[in-house]
Amino acid sequence: MGDLNVNLCGIELDNPIIPASGTFGYGYEFAELYDINCLGTFSFKGTTLESRAGNPLPRIAEGNAGMLNAVGLQNPGVDAVISEELPKLAKVFHKPVIANVSGFSVAEYAEVCGRLDAEPQVGWLEVNISCPNVHGGGMSFGTDPKAAAEVTRAVKRVTTKPVIVKLSPNVTDIVSIAKACENAGADAVSLINTVMSMRIDLKTRRPVLANTTGGLSGPAIFPLALRMVWQVYETVKIPILGLGGVSSAEDVIEMMLAGATAVQVGAANLVDPNACRDIIEALPKAMERYGIEKLSDITGGAH
Amino acid sequence: MKQGIFTVAENRPLTEKVSSLVLRGDVSAIERPGQFVQLRLDGLFLRRPFSVCDRAEDSFTVVFETVGKGTAKLRDIQPGAKLDVLTGLGNGFDLNACGNAPLLIGGGTGVSPLYWLAKELLRQGKRPTALLGFNTAEDVFYEDAFHALDIETVVTTVDGSYGVKGFVTDAMNREYTGFYTCGPEAMMKAVCEHTDKPGQLSFDKRMGCGFGACMGCTVKTKNGLKRICKDGPVLSSEEVLWET
Repeated sequence: MGDLNVNLCGIELDNPIIPASGTFGYGYEFAELYDINCLGTFSFKGTTLESRAGNPLPRIAEGNAGMLNAVGLQNPGVDAVISEELPKLAKVFHKPVIANVSGFSVAEYAEVCGRLDAEPQVGWLEVNISCPNVHGGGMSFGTDPKAAAEVTRAVKRVTTKPVIVKLSPNVTDIVSIAKACENAGADAVSLINTVMSMRIDLKTRRPVLANTTGGLSGPAIFPLALRMVWQVYETVKIPILGLGGVSSAEDVIEMMLAGATAVQVGAANLVDPNACRDIIEALPKAMERYGIEKLSDITGGAH
Repeated sequence: MKQGIFTVAENRPLTEKVSSLVLRGDVSAIERPGQFVQLRLDGLFLRRPFSVCDRAEDSFTVVFETVGKGTAKLRDIQPGAKLDVLTGLGNGFDLNACGNAPLLIGGGTGVSPLYWLAKELLRQGKRPTALLGFNTAEDVFYEDAFHALDIETVVTTVDGSYGVKGFVTDAMNREYTGFYTCGPEAMMKAVCEHTDKPGQLSFDKRMGCGFGACMGCTVKTKNGLKRICKDGPVLSSEEVLWET
């Protein structure tokens, strides 16, 4: 059997499969179905300083080969995550986890990252500067290289753990943002977050989503995500976590050939809760089919 | 929650728009009336949620109205076809929350989950009464099924073309200990405004995953935020906060 191990910023993963933030909660729902310790790791639900109720309903719409969401960072706030969610998570998941962090100011990002940095379960901090569904925060930091660098620097000052900056595709030039994060000290970048989209209900002639717009995810965005991973890999030296519509072992291989060190799986978890387990089980055969002995060897192999 | 492949055993129209679908497979995760399933349909990305209308040894029934792309596909699905189904979703009704003589108040396809509920309440020795609300005579379904359980069954139609003319609330002036309801939110709200007795309400919201992961269907309640798919779909009348 081929070697599935990858190294993500100095931490060994049994395989490169990582459920993406917001599609896996804190893991328990999935632990009912399978032993989630088979995962490389996972990125838990985006966490902010204060609790957030999220956006009004409807928050979900459908597209061809994908879905739109405008959840709006519903989460119980960092203190509740640390006191309630992490201890529960420790019972079902025994590997380092990725803490996903959002904020509405540079100071908030730093504050939340600082608190999560102190948690031994947390292996990496994933800084989400790309949420398209909140106003005055999230994506506004991810669409400007200077702001992205500022958040990165602020977070790096308060943590000793690897910092992954999660990038938005809703920009003209994602490479310049990735480069700015790298120069500011980011240890890795993850891309892409969802693509800003919308649907209109023909009967009511109104937007389907209460938030008007939402983020598109699912197979519809895979080629777009792949192209962006490819472009960022050409310019940036730090590892890339590739995501966007990944739903099979073949997609994982393709994303790694484009330049990803590890791969996140998002929307697929929501329609097929066993998706990540099935992808991990399918990887050895897919590797054999394409003559891959060591998965980590193929990162950027298409360049 | 369980994922499994089910075989379509039967798919038949109940009215012009409403059909009943029987799926055969492993039903072990379907524990309580009021729970729902998520069906995956070819060509559609998101699964579609449906309340369980009845459960047997190796099959369950859903009743659905054709309203869009997903339900149109489902209406046309043939016996023998295979469907990928997530079963055992949601909390389901609390059989002990509404006393010994509860009303079962259904509106349109909201009647569906009340059928299995009626059977389970009877098994516990309770004496439910069914109030089934429809728009017009042609929409009426399952009156016979409830009658066959030997429980009092009252049908209302908005236009008076069948049964009691008016809304389900027009048939509530009777003795009862509490209520279980499923149907349009305006109907459920009217029911709650009509009575102070304890109630259990089953909600239908646009969902993403259906099992609590995506936070796509969260509502505010008096007991905090609740995911309709995971902490619901059944909420108690005391905790509901009406949006309008």
